[in-house]
Amino acid sequence: MLQQKHLLGLEGYPAEDIQTIIDTAFTFREVLDRPIKKVPSLQGKTIVNLFFENSTRTRISFELAQKRLSADTVNFSASTSSLKKGETFKDTAQNIEAMKIDAVVMRHPTPGAPLHLTQHINSIVINAGDGTHEHPTQAILDMTSLHEKFGYLKGLKVGIIGDISHSRVALSNIHGLKTMGAEITLCGPSTLIPPFAEDLGVSVNYNVDEVIEWADALNVLRIQRERMEGGLLPSVREYRNLFGITTERLSMHKKEIVIMHPGPMNRGVEIDSLVADSDQAIILDQVLNGVASRMAILYLLLGGKQEQENS
Amino acid sequence: MKTTKLKKQVVLKGGTILDPINETLKKGDVLIENGRMKSIGKVTPSKSADVIDCSGLIVTHGFCDIHVHFREPGREDKETLDSGSMAALAGGFTRVCVMPNTDPPLDSPESIRYTIDRGEECPIHIHPIGAITKSQDGKELTEMGAMLSEGAVAFSDDGLPVTDTGMMRNALEYSTMFDVPIINHAEDLCLKKDGVMHEGRISTQLGLPASPGITESNMVHRDLELTELTGARLHVPHVSSAKSTDYIRQMKKSNNKITAEVTPHHLFFTDDDLITYNTDLKVAPPIRTQADQKALIKGVKDGTFDCIATDHAPHTIEEKEGTFDLAPFGMIGLESCFGAVNRALVKENKLNIIRLIQMLAVNPRRIMGFETDLFTNGNSAELTIFDPNKKWTFKKSDIYSRSHNSPFIGEALIGRIRATIVKGHITVLV
Repeated sequence: MLQQKHLLGLEGYPAEDIQTIIDTAFTFREVLDRPIKKVPSLQGKTIVNLFFENSTRTRISFELAQKRLSADTVNFSASTSSLKKGETFKDTAQNIEAMKIDAVVMRHPTPGAPLHLTQHINSIVINAGDGTHEHPTQAILDMTSLHEKFGYLKGLKVGIIGDISHSRVALSNIHGLKTMGAEITLCGPSTLIPPFAEDLGVSVNYNVDEVIEWADALNVLRIQRERMEGGLLPSVREYRNLFGITTERLSMHKKEIVIMHPGPMNRGVEIDSLVADSDQAIILDQVLNGVASRMAILYLLLGGKQEQENS
Repeated sequence: MKTTKLKKQVVLKGGTILDPINETLKKGDVLIENGRMKSIGKVTPSKSADVIDCSGLIVTHGFCDIHVHFREPGREDKETLDSGSMAALAGGFTRVCVMPNTDPPLDSPESIRYTIDRGEECPIHIHPIGAITKSQDGKELTEMGAMLSEGAVAFSDDGLPVTDTGMMRNALEYSTMFDVPIINHAEDLCLKKDGVMHEGRISTQLGLPASPGITESNMVHRDLELTELTGARLHVPHVSSAKSTDYIRQMKKSNNKITAEVTPHHLFFTDDDLITYNTDLKVAPPIRTQADQKALIKGVKDGTFDCIATDHAPHTIEEKEGTFDLAPFGMIGLESCFGAVNRALVKENKLNIIRLIQMLAVNPRRIMGFETDLFTNGNSAELTIFDPNKKWTFKKSDIYSRSHNSPFIGEALIGRIRATIVKGHITVLV
């Protein structure tokens, strides 16, 4: 039902397929509101969650999505250091596939690792985040949430605030939103914006107030403390002053603006608690849409249609 | 590929003889007697002579690559002097200079002697380049004088830059006593950090840590300034960026002790080719943009670059099969060199074929102080015979190196080596 066998990233991903996933996600949202939140769509399918990097919310979200679709799931966590020492990535992948599975959901610290995986195994590969490259399912759930809130994506003005250079969420959002016709402005310290960002077809503005004035929605990214040690940022205080999404800052703008955050949040750093908990924040809707979007992706990629006929 | 001893008399019949010294290209025969050049022109072979039909082929000087990594001693699983020699012969190379970043590195007179002795057993001429600093750690100079006596031809810490500007000055100053080239792998590691490719549109799209062109050109500029200060001889290896090319061009105008090389891969590929995360294209310095590539080609045409060198760097399948961040830098390049540069420079950018052969055979020998006039009667025959127009696809089976990390596999090349003559033997490629 989707044109590509895998979901590796949103760069070049067809608009009609993104729309199909979003539409399907909305139908699964209804399932999640039922007393019995389970459908038999992927009964008999086996999915391995291959996490080479720590993750709580993405892994739980995927696992819930799989269980709600009645798929069999196996979780595998490995620190990359043990891989460096011994077994190669190829061996790990081929061993798991030899156990007869249908799909792999993988998170890996290296950009390109999911593409690499498709060269060694035949199963469907879904990228759950590859280093600083892409995190397509996060971008799809973000777009699902925006679509739910606004009813459209074309022409929507989205500001992405924070550490863009180290963010797979930003890159997937840029590709996905661009494809769907939205406008994007990146905003953050110049040391955390990739030097060639504008080549991706987005605007860059270092003045967060101007971005707030312009945008319909803000996607606020996490700022990691390691960035201070790397010499990219002077201090949390400086960041908050220049880019923090604070109540004071928002109150200066006489407009409604939707606030998103992919989590985990550093309350008091990139976003104020009061903002995160306010009505304009759709952060928890994003989490719920995460399960629904991942159900849609799994269902569409794993041939859910055929299973439905059987059930 | 088959290597046989040259018969007492060998006649290379009916080919086109390309003389890169006198810059001529004319039909003729070559007579080799007892492995030595006897005469060039019209040869009437004696009855016992071995006549090799060279019609449609070009006969010229054997190629010389002054920048290869043969991994011996230490990583014989990747390459040995013997397997590297086979790769060289397949590429038309009769002579190479091996870089000292072996394990242990070639940083003593003894290790230079070892390489010279081992090289004598090999079917091509092998010259060691000694390390600039002991253990290549940038702290203490090596015994350059003694290493030169044992047969070292130049000095380099290649693979790593000499980061400390004071140490680089010392190395250049010290080398002036011997008038030998100092070769510095120019990359500012503080700027490079964990960069694995060129910083640009493609690295942004791939999400890979990257380093900009000035990572190289900053250090190239420093080295050029130090060369002016010290009066030493500087050879700039594997130039990858437009800016480095400009600096070298500028400085060469007033300083004839500067030479520079460019690799086939920087001339052939651009960072767009990394879009599939092909680890065989992970190399240091990195493959840069189309604009950089154009600047390199311009540098070849206007003489900024003296020679082509492959930076042949073998790595195991296991290492290159890993993820992009963990894969080592480097690719092999001897076997694919001629077909790649002949296509990129002669066929696609109208470089005169004589100029190309000067860059592959004459200039590298001149930089290293080797005999350049190979057609002089009485010299030991060192010749390469090739088909300049043959279109072919480079395949894994064309590789003779012990490693297979070549991004040229599957690429359409133009021009193919047919035979290589060196050390009294002829190697014929099928």
